[in-house]
Amino acid sequence: MRLIMTKRPPLSGWIQVLLPIGAILVTLVLSAIPILFAGGELWLSFYSLFKGALGTRYNLLETFTHAAPLTFTGLAVAFAFRAKFWNIGAEGQLLAGAIAAAWVGINAPPLPAFVLIFLICLAGFLAGGAWATIPAFLKNKLKVDDVVSSLLLNYVMWHIMGFLLFGPMQMPGSSWPRSAAIAQAAHFPVLLSRSRFHLGILLAAIAVLVVWFINSKTELGFQSRAVGANARAAAFGGINVNSVIFKTALISGGLAGMAGVGEVAGIHFHLLMDISPGFGYSGIVIAMLGRLHPVGTALSAFFFSTVIVGAQSMSRMTGVPTYIADVIQAMALLVMLIALLFTEYRIRVVRD
Amino acid sequence: MSVISPKKPVVEMHSITKTFLDVVANNNVDLRLYEGEICALLGENGAGKTTLMNILFGYYTADSGQILVRGEKVAFSSPHDAIENGVGMVHQHFSLVPSQTVLENIVVGSFRGKFFLDTAAAKRKLLELQNRFGLHVDPDAFVWTLPVGSQQKVEILKALYRDASILILDEPTAVLAPLETKELFATLRTFAAEGRSVVFISHKLNEVMEISDRVVVLARGKVVAERKTSETSEKELANLMVGHELTKQPYSPSRKTGAPLLQVSGLTVKNDKGVVAVKDLSLTLHAGEITALAGVSGNGQKELAEVLFGFRELLQGSVMIGDQPLPFGSPKAAIESGIGRIPEDRMTTGLILDLTVEENLALENHTKFKKGWTIDYRALRRHAEKLIEDFSIKTAGPGAIARTLSGGNLQKIILARVLSASPRIIVAAQPTRGLDVGAAEYVHRRILEARDAGSAVLLISEDLDEIFMLSDRIAVMFEGVIMGMVGRREASIEQISLWMSGVKEKCA
Amino acid sequence: MEQIFNLTFLAGLLGAMIRMATPIIFGTMGEIIAERSGVLNLGIEGIMLMGAMTGFLTTLHTGSLWLGVLAAALVGILLSLLMAFLSVILGLSQHVSGLGITLLSTGLAMFIYRLSVGSPVSPPTVKPFSPLAIPLLSNLPVVGKAFFNQYSLVYIAFLLIPIIWVLLFKTSWGLVIRTVGENPLAADTVGINVNLVRTLCLAAGGALMGIGGAFLTLAHQNMFLIEVVGGRGWVCIAMVIFGNWNPIKGAGGALLFGFLDGLQLRLQGIWYKIPFHLFLVIPYLITIIALATMSRRTASPAGLLKPYRREEKG
Repeated sequence: MRLIMTKRPPLSGWIQVLLPIGAILVTLVLSAIPILFAGGELWLSFYSLFKGALGTRYNLLETFTHAAPLTFTGLAVAFAFRAKFWNIGAEGQLLAGAIAAAWVGINAPPLPAFVLIFLICLAGFLAGGAWATIPAFLKNKLKVDDVVSSLLLNYVMWHIMGFLLFGPMQMPGSSWPRSAAIAQAAHFPVLLSRSRFHLGILLAAIAVLVVWFINSKTELGFQSRAVGANARAAAFGGINVNSVIFKTALISGGLAGMAGVGEVAGIHFHLLMDISPGFGYSGIVIAMLGRLHPVGTALSAFFFSTVIVGAQSMSRMTGVPTYIADVIQAMALLVMLIALLFTEYRIRVVRD
Repeated sequence: MSVISPKKPVVEMHSITKTFLDVVANNNVDLRLYEGEICALLGENGAGKTTLMNILFGYYTADSGQILVRGEKVAFSSPHDAIENGVGMVHQHFSLVPSQTVLENIVVGSFRGKFFLDTAAAKRKLLELQNRFGLHVDPDAFVWTLPVGSQQKVEILKALYRDASILILDEPTAVLAPLETKELFATLRTFAAEGRSVVFISHKLNEVMEISDRVVVLARGKVVAERKTSETSEKELANLMVGHELTKQPYSPSRKTGAPLLQVSGLTVKNDKGVVAVKDLSLTLHAGEITALAGVSGNGQKELAEVLFGFRELLQGSVMIGDQPLPFGSPKAAIESGIGRIPEDRMTTGLILDLTVEENLALENHTKFKKGWTIDYRALRRHAEKLIEDFSIKTAGPGAIARTLSGGNLQKIILARVLSASPRIIVAAQPTRGLDVGAAEYVHRRILEARDAGSAVLLISEDLDEIFMLSDRIAVMFEGVIMGMVGRREASIEQISLWMSGVKEKCA
Repeated sequence: MEQIFNLTFLAGLLGAMIRMATPIIFGTMGEIIAERSGVLNLGIEGIMLMGAMTGFLTTLHTGSLWLGVLAAALVGILLSLLMAFLSVILGLSQHVSGLGITLLSTGLAMFIYRLSVGSPVSPPTVKPFSPLAIPLLSNLPVVGKAFFNQYSLVYIAFLLIPIIWVLLFKTSWGLVIRTVGENPLAADTVGINVNLVRTLCLAAGGALMGIGGAFLTLAHQNMFLIEVVGGRGWVCIAMVIFGNWNPIKGAGGALLFGFLDGLQLRLQGIWYKIPFHLFLVIPYLITIIALATMSRRTASPAGLLKPYRREEKG
């Protein structure tokens, strides 16, 4: 028995939209396996998952809050992948952004809130962006594989943060790896009362629009798409591939850095070792499921935020470990990958 | 219809049909191959020759039909099965491992049950084969160091090493200089004299007449005729192949040759492996004139073209456009200096197949549509719509993905992109390779129009017919140097062929 | 006295180098086999973690260390077969499939561990491998203790290096693997089943990766922590490049990493006032620098990252 795959003509737009939805449904069905394995009652599990994420006003807003960093890291990955710059380093870039934002937030002189908030955003964006340009530089100049270098840099940044939190940035008098609090003026304002729905969520929504604009209207968007589709032809066509990758990295890393800014200024108000429960890695799944499109990425970020937030209450209700959220994310990625194959190929199984 | 032969058929293919997407590559094809014969499979590009043989080689599986080898029904699901039955095939594009030695390339996968490599025994067997068939290549040489002609020998040895009794060669002479072709033919005759059979795929009539015992003509996926070579003529075969009389009249020559537009002097260039590929080459292109650069591929034409496209750094020498030196390492600067680029590998360096038609039409001049940081997509679309109409590009629309277009229309995109920028100099590398007759003629007419409008054209081609039809002057490139240059009226095929083989003086 | 302290220090450092290099060697050898056949297995990080978890739990429940190692190898094979299904049989992007495998394995490892042991105050432990002294050789000064009084898995890892080198470069199988990795079309047209070879190479490599993970929980430590692998899988990927896809050079890289890892542990003890994270970062940083200096001079197998399908026109 073997598979015969033949290329098929590109499918229409609707199927492209339905595909991720289908992938999500298949994933939810598949996630029954680990849930049952863990002894969770199936309907109660799904019920508590969705109830816990969407069922009450507070929970719904909590899901939005959680979706903000996921949207940023998803956009970061999507923007980089479109140019085939394999930035797997969103996690480290997020941390870089968080560190920079915390540092500015702690050390800045007294400034009006809007100035200070602008400054921490700028610092976080630039720090994340700068960190992402390292793999871009290594790829362009020294032909270092971007996957490996951006992955390794995650660990480097994590240890740098550890060094800072056990050293220069540690809160005076504390023995925990935790920084001093950022200035009150640097806190992201809460936009809806009785919740943690903060400015970062609005910023994430704006980022979706900005990325959409860059992709579809600007010269950089055109060039990065050309480089992603065929770097050699793009180079022959007069596009400076290295410069496009560099700019793409800067923006991609900056977006990831903004995720870190939001966590520091909107949620924790300190820098902590566990500031990110793997938002950067989730970004890969989110971007793929969003088909690298900014709007798709935002929707997919919301879905995974639902899963992550809902997994908490599922765990409380049924005893299924919260790590079910990680398993579901990974399954969604693999299911989506396979689903994508069907858009490109007709697949037949043949018996020899 | 079959030609009566006293010999036994070794291969019988019955009613073979194979479809790709919506294209019928083989339509109910019957083919017989006899012991000890050289059978030519003749047809134009896209006639279905290669597909048919890939089915016999087990690389493709036919949709319907059956195959008998030595009278027994077979169903090959992979080349492995075909090799077991004594079928060997040398594809047009070689499948070798450049970083391994000749011996490793040949013996891989042929050690039954032996765990450790027995190179000594393998080498003995290989040397015996080399002597028997006159295929001399150093077994310990790395494949990447070999010239194309020797690489072909390695491919043939691969099949012989597996004791092939049916050898299929797909356009084997495309990469060979005329003298190497003679050597190949000698090898094939030795092979057939041992009672084995050869299928020789070609679209070159003179070679088919020279080497084959029997000719099967394919057109549009069907067998249209079968002839004994001794009982047919080039003219008849040409008629059968194309369906009408070939009229390869040269186009009208240049009316007036203008000032020199591009001067290459003393150019030395290295290829990707760091070997000098172009040596001290000088060449001048004049306005209103087509200069052809003939030669077998791989003699430095690609590297020369890449220098002119601004993509490749040069080692020595200079390229002047008018009185300005061409800046290097910047394709953008080359485009802005007025060089129009029609690249050889249009699918990989000419176009971005996953982008839309309109984006491809603007690839090299998208900066013209800039408005600040943004791109004026409306102007881009107007530009594309005009070009689609002017060049009659068949597409669903400017927003269609380029991948959905046919080869001829893809080449029209490149042509439209280049010519719409009114370049002073056009470098066209293999501009009609793989195109059907109609599309090729269209490309030729457009290039001639550009010439008559005053552009200087460098036509890099392997196709001597094309060169003799289109050019005003003919230069021949061999191993990185220009062997000679001659006006088209004064040129003879014999002279050009000798230069292509690296022979400088005309032999008596 | 000073002299003895230095020699002890040196012996300890060398011993630590060998120990810390061992999981990297297992992983690097596994990755080399896969990549030589043309498949980049980015699942390695997750597969090592699953190996660490499975090995630990198996030993915890059965009391047998070798059963743990076997279970880790089996789970490595299983996950690699999933990788093969996605990236070889279906021909999906090797990058994304591999990352997917790592994410899945990471999630599963934590999920299963939590299910199995719950959330106790202190994590359960096993009685780990004890060093196996080689008679005579282990009595040599300095090197005896460092090299010849190690866990049996360490000896196995070091034996693997020449074995895999010979397999790749001196056997007919190795030639087949290399040809599949360099030019799958060439392999197919001489009758080699490309996808079968790639699947087997992935599976064999996966077994080694799993064992490498098990070393961490059954020898190096005696418990399972979520960060037990901590990027070592990615380091292995880097070592493959650094070693130019050669097992011996790759093992050299692994030893360098082991040395730095052993050194930073010891420096942490000496300069305890400096936050230890500064030392932890050294091996990763040096790995990146090593990649930066070597990458231009290396050449990956030409067929790497490219799924093989018979070309279908249309």
